[in-house]
Amino acid sequence: MRAALLVARRELAGYFATPVAYVFIVIFLMIAGAMTFSLGGFFNRGQADLGPFFGFVPWLFLFLVPALTMRLWAEERRLGTIELLLTLPMAQWQAVLGKFLAAWAFCAIALALTFPLVLTVNYLGRPDNGVIAAGYGACLLMAGAYLAIGSAMSAMTKNQVIAFVLAVAVCFLFAVAGSALVTDFLSQRMPVLAEVARALSLTERFNSLTRGVIALRDAVFFASFIGFWLFVNAVVLDHRKAD
Amino acid sequence: MAALIEIERLTKRFGAFTAVDDVSFQVNRGEVVGFLGPNGAGKSTTMKMLAGFVTPSAGTARICGQDVIEAPVAAKRALGYLPEGAPTYPEMTVTGFLHFIARIRGFGGAEAHERMARAMAMTQLEGVRLQPIETLSKGFKRRVGLAQALLHDPPVLVLDEPTDGLDPNQKHEVRELIRRMAPEKAIVISTHILEEVDAVCTRAIIIARGKVLADATPKQLEAPGKTLEQVFRDLTLKQEAA
Repeated sequence: MRAALLVARRELAGYFATPVAYVFIVIFLMIAGAMTFSLGGFFNRGQADLGPFFGFVPWLFLFLVPALTMRLWAEERRLGTIELLLTLPMAQWQAVLGKFLAAWAFCAIALALTFPLVLTVNYLGRPDNGVIAAGYGACLLMAGAYLAIGSAMSAMTKNQVIAFVLAVAVCFLFAVAGSALVTDFLSQRMPVLAEVARALSLTERFNSLTRGVIALRDAVFFASFIGFWLFVNAVVLDHRKAD
Repeated sequence: MAALIEIERLTKRFGAFTAVDDVSFQVNRGEVVGFLGPNGAGKSTTMKMLAGFVTPSAGTARICGQDVIEAPVAAKRALGYLPEGAPTYPEMTVTGFLHFIARIRGFGGAEAHERMARAMAMTQLEGVRLQPIETLSKGFKRRVGLAQALLHDPPVLVLDEPTDGLDPNQKHEVRELIRRMAPEKAIVISTHILEEVDAVCTRAIIIARGKVLADATPKQLEAPGKTLEQVFRDLTLKQEAA
């Protein structure tokens, strides 16, 4: 674990040494703000909550998180540093976990910088801050799930564009799995699969969390979802590291 | 006492292509082995397998008795490895990078700084310690890679082209450094420069198309009154014609 944290620290410092971090944060804050206030009708709703914001964040992450993860392993391959990293005396899962934790901490920083929204609703009304905290937790879990998928995709290919497209596609699949469109289609033809799709849907669980319903099974679901994709990442990396 | 590096029947196939074909050798403490061969002969692949980066298709490699597949972390602890091209993280400073390596290798606090200072002194990096690595010249970058491999004073050193890109003075320094460390370590270096073998190596292994063609001291190879270059050309060109 110690080695994983050391990798994470180096990695996180690396984000801020390049423009990647600043571009990501600025774009995220701009779009999140614009969507919340204009499309979400933040002021017109007359409700003191962050509903519109939490509604848009997962869709924003769907594109921004893969942009973050596409370079995760591809960059190490390009620089050749993957050979250095994986010949240091630590287990491979520690490198995988370290990189994931750094990207996750980075997403947490980006989310934390939306704090003016929280201040605004608290100034305008009396929101349920517990629900807001749950919403932020849900956003972070959602980011973690997308990051885990994205980093596994990045380990699969040397090409950053392919890694990005694959990650968006797979994330989208899990985002819409529980939507009425998919489940209606499946329940008419293969009712068994409809249940599976609903069970694997990230959006459904995200929505129940943002309503303030914190269920242990949702947390367990996100943890095992992330664990599974990190495991895939480690296996793929072991196979393809030297290609 | 067992050899520090033991390679037994090591083979690596990429699809139908055999990059390394049934290579076996051992390196004892005090030996400096020069790994020679044309480009694409399998030198780097052999070294990558020894470092635990490439998984062998068959055969085993052991470092200080630790199998690189069965006990990868223990084997890597005993190894200082300079990968081909001396990769480093470009945005980090020299000290930042070496500190990261020191921490991963389990050194903390004063000991980490002591070891970093020693590694930087050995590779003459003190003058650039606070510069980002991307701003350094090729020679300095190579020496940062070398410092990283020497930091933990490992019993086994595997250096893939340690003097590539260095000017003649720097080459001389690196050779001196290798010679100084040689008595306590088992060292494998790959190189294209044949004088380097004469200058620092106690043994030369010539490899082409993944096969070991010769394994002897430079003196023995030159025994029939030929230069090392002639021996190299004779062996490797014959192999290519076959």
